[in-house]
Amino acid sequence: MTTLIETVDVRKAYGDFVALDGVTFSVAEDEVVSIVGPNGAGKSTLVNVLTGLLKPTAGLVRFKGEDIAGVGPVLLSRRGMARAFQLVHIFPALTVAETIAAAAISQTGRSLRFFSSVKADKELAARVGEVAAIFGLEGKLGTQAQFLSQGEKKLLDIASAFALKPEVILLDEPTSGVSSGDKHGIMTTLMEAAKRAGVKAIILVEHDMDLVAEYSSRIVALQGGKVLADRTPRDFFRDPEIVAAIVGKMPPRHACAA
Amino acid sequence: MKLALVVVLIVGLAAVPKVVSPYYVTVLLPAIAYSIALLGFNLLFGYTGLLSFGHALFVAVGAYSAAVLSAKLGVKSFELVLLISAAVSVAAAVPVALLSVRYVRIFFGILTLAFGMLFHSFLFKFYDITGGDTGLRVLRPSLFGRDFAELDKTSFLVGPFYYYCLALLVVLGFVMWRIVHSPFGLHLMAAREQPRKAEYLGVRVRFVRFLAFLISAFYCAVGGVILAINTGQADPELAYWTHSGDLVFMTVLGGFASFFGPIVGAFSFVMLKGQLMGLTDYWRFFLGALLAVMVVAFPRGLVGVGQQIWTKARAR
Repeated sequence: MTTLIETVDVRKAYGDFVALDGVTFSVAEDEVVSIVGPNGAGKSTLVNVLTGLLKPTAGLVRFKGEDIAGVGPVLLSRRGMARAFQLVHIFPALTVAETIAAAAISQTGRSLRFFSSVKADKELAARVGEVAAIFGLEGKLGTQAQFLSQGEKKLLDIASAFALKPEVILLDEPTSGVSSGDKHGIMTTLMEAAKRAGVKAIILVEHDMDLVAEYSSRIVALQGGKVLADRTPRDFFRDPEIVAAIVGKMPPRHACAA
Repeated sequence: MKLALVVVLIVGLAAVPKVVSPYYVTVLLPAIAYSIALLGFNLLFGYTGLLSFGHALFVAVGAYSAAVLSAKLGVKSFELVLLISAAVSVAAAVPVALLSVRYVRIFFGILTLAFGMLFHSFLFKFYDITGGDTGLRVLRPSLFGRDFAELDKTSFLVGPFYYYCLALLVVLGFVMWRIVHSPFGLHLMAAREQPRKAEYLGVRVRFVRFLAFLISAFYCAVGGVILAINTGQADPELAYWTHSGDLVFMTVLGGFASFFGPIVGAFSFVMLKGQLMGLTDYWRFFLGALLAVMVVAFPRGLVGVGQQIWTKARAR
């Protein structure tokens, strides 16, 4: 298995406060790695380090073998990593088509074309239609993002990330703010979309242990900025002490039975 | 439909000198100049979401460049004056933009305001270079190598110069139309809407803001050159912060959310100001009151009002 992204002994400190303390982990091709942990465990910091937004105080962050410490989201998006946000990030006044097109334009390196028409670009329109269809947004192409339902906004946020044709996609609580009935639907859509879009690995930050148990191939648990466990879901949920440390209660029933 | 309206308006503007007295045509010239300047200004304000309170700086750079080129260096060609003045303005915009686009909202506004005031005091204090409070003379240029010596000043302005400027507005308007509908334009809007998300979608937020700033400086300088030739004078008042305020005023009056808003705003403002100044000394008071009403009742400006009326009329 080829390693796509890895951190080696990453430390991130803000003055006296240590958010990440010697975090080493990696994600290889065909993996779905969940990052779990209680609030304040360092998940957000790790995500921001992984997406090049934060430069670690010490340690290495590599994506496809290249150092990406603090390179910033723009460069990283061009190298093949995309991110969807926990709190929905959309462009309120732009339409669904325009939002997806903005990403597709970056991906094809056309952002500095000053005089060509976005609307007249058939290749771009086809790409936009294709991505929208994966997420069931093909009927909403002309709708401004602010007029979408909450669930559709979430899907649009994720769809635009997929339009970058990423090799690795980082999903930060993709089902937060969605009713519990919908969350498996969204996860199924996501996993299929990832397969169809040629995504090689997924990093999932998730509180919902049902989803973590069902969709991860590996679980990395953080606590107090350190890696507490790095195991398969089976081994992870077998250890009641670790599960209790992460969720603060007993694991869900079906996970115990696994 | 939109295109038909634009064509009718262009033909209308082209017919104006044949119909009305030369005085009114000289009033329209500043409106054309401001339209061009505001097309650039609104790329930054409406499309990129950065409200500058210092863009009169670039209008003034255009005007003073035209003065230096025509009166001091003897450059007669209008084309050369335009190109060099716009280039000087873009060059002046580079350091201003590099600093300013690191910030948004009020910080961007205050920073651009500060640069504008700096330039105004430079114009005022360095008498030898800038003529201080009297400014500099701007000579009549030649158009495409013809100097129209047979025409007196007014006939030149309301004749060939007017048509030249109208053509400039059409050409630069078309170019701006292409820019805002291009991939670059879409990335500007993405950066305006949600910069963090835009970055994760590969939009180089600061870089596209920087480029939009330079383009706006180019357009403002072209407007400034036309203003200066129209009055025959590059005046330090052009760089004063109230003039920057006028640019904001016109754009909001016309509607910054629309491509044509700034042009509508420029024409309305110039004509309204002309009328009010003839009626009362307190014209600024009335303009201010009008703007207050517009912002509260019609935040989409005159173009928004027009669109509402049009939609209602069609619904009947």
